[in-house]
Amino acid sequence: MVSPFVRHRGRAVTLPRRDVDTDQIIPKQFLKGIERTGFAPALFHDWRYRPDGSPDPGFELNGPSAQGATILITGPNFGCGSSREHAVWALAQYGFRAIIAPSFADIFTSNCYRNGLLPVRLASPDVDALIRSNEGGLHDIVVDLEQQVVTDDRGFSARFTADPYGRELLLRGLDEIGRTLLELPSIEAYERSHA
Amino acid sequence: MTSRTLFDRVWDTHVVRELADGVALLYVDLHLVHEVTSPQAFGGLRRAGRSVRRPERTLATVDHNVPTGDRSLPIADAVAATQVDALGTNAREFGIELFDLTSPGQGIVHVIGPELGATQPGMLIVCGDSHTATHGAFGAFALGIGTSEVEHVLATQCLVLSKPRNLEVRIDGTRAPGVSAKDLILAFIGKIGTAGAAGHVIEYTGEAIRALSMEERMTVCNMSIEAGARAGLIAPDDVTFAYLNGRPRAPSGEAWPTAVERWRGLRSDPRARYDTRVTLDASSVGPQVTWGTTPGMVADIASRIPDPASLPTEDQRQAARRALEYMGLEAGTPLAGIPIDRVFLGSCTNARIEDLRAAASVVRGRRVAPRVRAMVVPGSQRVKAQAEQEGLDRVFREAGFEWRNAGCSMCLGMNADVLGPGERCAATSNRNFEGRQGRGGRTHLMSPIMAAAAAIEGQLVDVREW
Repeated sequence: MVSPFVRHRGRAVTLPRRDVDTDQIIPKQFLKGIERTGFAPALFHDWRYRPDGSPDPGFELNGPSAQGATILITGPNFGCGSSREHAVWALAQYGFRAIIAPSFADIFTSNCYRNGLLPVRLASPDVDALIRSNEGGLHDIVVDLEQQVVTDDRGFSARFTADPYGRELLLRGLDEIGRTLLELPSIEAYERSHA
Repeated sequence: MTSRTLFDRVWDTHVVRELADGVALLYVDLHLVHEVTSPQAFGGLRRAGRSVRRPERTLATVDHNVPTGDRSLPIADAVAATQVDALGTNAREFGIELFDLTSPGQGIVHVIGPELGATQPGMLIVCGDSHTATHGAFGAFALGIGTSEVEHVLATQCLVLSKPRNLEVRIDGTRAPGVSAKDLILAFIGKIGTAGAAGHVIEYTGEAIRALSMEERMTVCNMSIEAGARAGLIAPDDVTFAYLNGRPRAPSGEAWPTAVERWRGLRSDPRARYDTRVTLDASSVGPQVTWGTTPGMVADIASRIPDPASLPTEDQRQAARRALEYMGLEAGTPLAGIPIDRVFLGSCTNARIEDLRAAASVVRGRRVAPRVRAMVVPGSQRVKAQAEQEGLDRVFREAGFEWRNAGCSMCLGMNADVLGPGERCAATSNRNFEGRQGRGGRTHLMSPIMAAAAAIEGQLVDVREW
């Protein structure tokens, strides 16, 4: 069961890199658990912390204005590589509700929709404009899934198109398995005809 | 009926119900499970009081975090041991067949599926692992999924998916000596980029693809995800059928000719429409080596590291500068001659028997360079046994390679097989991401014969000059 996502208002942090892979979002040494919780401290581990374990002040998420941010603005092909859903768990548990980028990897997108994290795909010039508008990171951005629009109070506005199925899952906070089990007669009919 | 691609055909036969325009509930023929991406899925089933709908269509193995050293000892990493034990418990409780650490059938999930003949043409195959596209080499639609979807498939034997678009990658021409399947797929990723095939399923076609063995086709399909594709597949042919014939889980007896007859229909219509087409001339491809931190940052071994300033967009220039800094390399440096510390022969991309034979042919009678630590990690225990029967283990050991047990090992470094900070590795795996093989480790991807030659020389080397 995911928590519903209809509209979110929050501050954003910018991570201006392309091809951020899921190995960076959550390195492999944190994948050995058997629970879905406890991943927030490991988010972006090798970028966030120096080898001695202290926070790296040069990393975007460690800046003072990034504290409390709930929206991540980043480059194209975000979430590429490994299918590890732990990457989405880490982002969500850290406090992110939406990620805005020119493009996302396919498996990562599926994982987001199943964990209450909204991937917002905007055209590159719109992402650049939003980054400029967000400079300083001290004002709010609004991501509206119902209307499929991103706005801020400085006049930025851009529409996006969410995956229709993923949008339905998020808007209604659906239990996907429960929903599919309602299709059981169709599944049984398929199995009979393909036995 | 309108003309259809191979992928359209496989998709259509798995639609249980159209849920919305382009979105379908699909039936899964084979669900492969491993220890890292499944525990939370089984936990979800247990909490909801649900069972596994089709345990007989589900196959589990341990591969990602398992040690590759002495298997008579307990797993030293307590957290990893807990995860391995959890899969054992889950398999027993939910009635799923498991190839555990004591099993002669244990191995990397994408190596054992084909090895058993469980992977078959026309199937829909899923696994909580992005390299599931490997099975596409048989003309199956095989894709990686997340843990929530793993739970969904366990509970319903179905997956909800928006239909990806069709991309034809046509590779014609003849490969030159020293050029392997790995070089074809790396050259293609270099051409199209790491997101170039996003939202698509690739069908690999052309004479250079038809000329590949089954194991080489698996290498090609395996790295489809590195171009961003949802999956990659190749139409089955006599090469496919010859590989499958006699495998333990392949159809046998009277069922065999019936199956082959059905599988022969698995091809794209001559007038089938692809959304996108890309071509590559195999004869123009040389041995490839990555120089950066994505598989798309790749070049011919005979070339120099490109200047980031020459790249078309600012984000690409920034990414390349960052990659070179991480890799400790400078633009303009010839790739051949870069010294290496480690060699990893393994992974679901290149650890099947043909890969080991090819690497052994380069290594035979030679010695690993003095400062280099090199290891061979067979893709499965059966591959290992076969290699030992052929004496390949002796060839590697006598040259100074470590000869290990099967697993994913240093492809992702979840077990003890990792690079130290700054160590440079010639690897036959599929990802050269920052820290992938160990924090601060520097990975160069290449073919098995290129990695074997690098081990002997202690530096990246053009295997064609051997």
